[in-house]
Amino acid sequence: MPNTQELKDLTTQVRRDILRMVHKVNSGHPGGSLGCAEFFVALYQDIMDRKEGFDMDGIGEDLFFLSNGHISPVFYSVLARSGYFPVEELNTFRLIDSRLQGHPTTHEGLPGVRIASGSLGQGMSVAIGAAQAKKLNNDSHLVYSLHGDGELQEGQNWEAIMYAAANKVDNLISTVDLNGQQIDGSTDDVLAMGDLKAKFEAFGWTVVEIDKGNDIEAILEGMAKAKSLAGKGKPVCVLLKTIMGHGVDFMMYTHAWHGKAPNDEQLENGLQQNPETLGDY
Amino acid sequence: MKTYTNTGNKDTRSGFGAGLTELGKTNENVVALCADLTGSLKMNDFEKNHPERFFQIGIAEANMIGIAAGMTIGGKIPFTGTFANFSTGRVYDQIRQSVAYSDKNVKICASHAGLTLGEDGATHQILEDLGLMKMLPGMTVINTCDFNQTKAATIAIADHEGPVYLRFGRPSVPNFTPEDQTFEIGKALHLIEGSDVTIVATGHLVWEALEAAKTLNEEGISAEVIDIHTIKPLDEKAILDSVSKTKCIVTAEEHNYLGGLGESISRVLAQHQPAPQEFVATHDTFGESGTPEQLMEKYGLNAEAIVKAAQNVLKRKTS
Repeated sequence: MPNTQELKDLTTQVRRDILRMVHKVNSGHPGGSLGCAEFFVALYQDIMDRKEGFDMDGIGEDLFFLSNGHISPVFYSVLARSGYFPVEELNTFRLIDSRLQGHPTTHEGLPGVRIASGSLGQGMSVAIGAAQAKKLNNDSHLVYSLHGDGELQEGQNWEAIMYAAANKVDNLISTVDLNGQQIDGSTDDVLAMGDLKAKFEAFGWTVVEIDKGNDIEAILEGMAKAKSLAGKGKPVCVLLKTIMGHGVDFMMYTHAWHGKAPNDEQLENGLQQNPETLGDY
Repeated sequence: MKTYTNTGNKDTRSGFGAGLTELGKTNENVVALCADLTGSLKMNDFEKNHPERFFQIGIAEANMIGIAAGMTIGGKIPFTGTFANFSTGRVYDQIRQSVAYSDKNVKICASHAGLTLGEDGATHQILEDLGLMKMLPGMTVINTCDFNQTKAATIAIADHEGPVYLRFGRPSVPNFTPEDQTFEIGKALHLIEGSDVTIVATGHLVWEALEAAKTLNEEGISAEVIDIHTIKPLDEKAILDSVSKTKCIVTAEEHNYLGGLGESISRVLAQHQPAPQEFVATHDTFGESGTPEQLMEKYGLNAEAIVKAAQNVLKRKTS
């Protein structure tokens, strides 16, 4: 298992990948991707118990579902750098005939992706189904999912949140990326969701808070705690406080970079802030 | 002329329930999900026999479709059950992204389709579902005509890899197809051979087409009756072979003429063999409350309407 410095180096490289991918095609979603870079690196390099290669059914290994599919750049970068497909393929992001579609899909057979996402609010239901299938298969592995905070405005989430608790889907760890931003502004301005911790707890979930969601050690510690709370009769929610655009100073603390690519100069600036570690694709 | 015997009226939804009961015994990967309509969908038997494989979702159809998609990951074959309206229009985007685009092996089983749901009225009587479902890439769309066929189709779709929409209904209708049939997806059934006019029907309108053929026969008109239980993929050859002989066609369905079976057939004919066609279907309208018989008569979806349509299309036929 990689040590903390190695995870940090990988995170820096993932940030470079994200910036270069969206810059090349002048489209995509860098803000949320950068904010979740540490989480994805920790999840795929440390937290999850994964098998070599890719098998859709994923029996005997942990599974991950990305519900807020627009942060595909970070997902693709970490999948490639975790061995699911060649890193050179990151060059094809959003191009015609690519397996790296704008939003993740199984349709082109990209290893590592088990469901299409992009239309928001559907991933938790899918993760619950996969978790219940694991129970039917007597597979003790866990199912992880990631959701945007703005995404929780979609009502299907609350159907799923209610169902998972009522049916004791306790092999599910759903993380909410609490960056407080969505396309039209801050989540509080667009549609305030109030106290999410209290809401999840009222629905019958166990909640773990990670206040430093861009700190590898804090994520490892928080997710280890979440894992230890699995299998105790309740689904587990992780509230991960992140900074949108983290690691690129001019992209931080704003929703402006939700779905906007940097220009040549901005790219250069962003790359200088994140020096090459493992080698660019 | 070949005739068919009604072995006793039964509802097609009970055919689904019987098929599911059978699958419970024979295929351990089959799981069933229901959104608070277990009795209406006749899923009680499966629930009783296999409680560990039955999932009561509550009144949350979007969640049901997503959970079903997730359960396929791990090799399960989920059968979801609710009314046709809540199986399609209410959850179209969930089906589109999490099932169809994601190539998931989910069987969406829909009861109470069309006007024959009856007294509950238009909020529950979907007449657009075949169109919605056939437009989704990769979706197989089936509309069965009686108890026996619905049971056979339910069993057959478990062995088909890929998403399926199976549509059936609420009322008791004649049961006339063989009890021991093997259901072949995409294969039209030639019920009556004829030479003057082709009548293609689906769902509850198949029995009405057989009745219409009898009346037409008494008038000296030889009608060929074809049961299209699979709207997609469509058995184009069966349609073209028949129309090449009869040169005209009537299509009959409990669905809007926009987007239904009739339009699928129009496309096939326009591409390969243009011929006059009459549509026995609802004409861009919602339904209303009433008994199934009253509604089918008011909206022109019975044997009498098929006879009239056949007479009309024969007048348009160029020999």
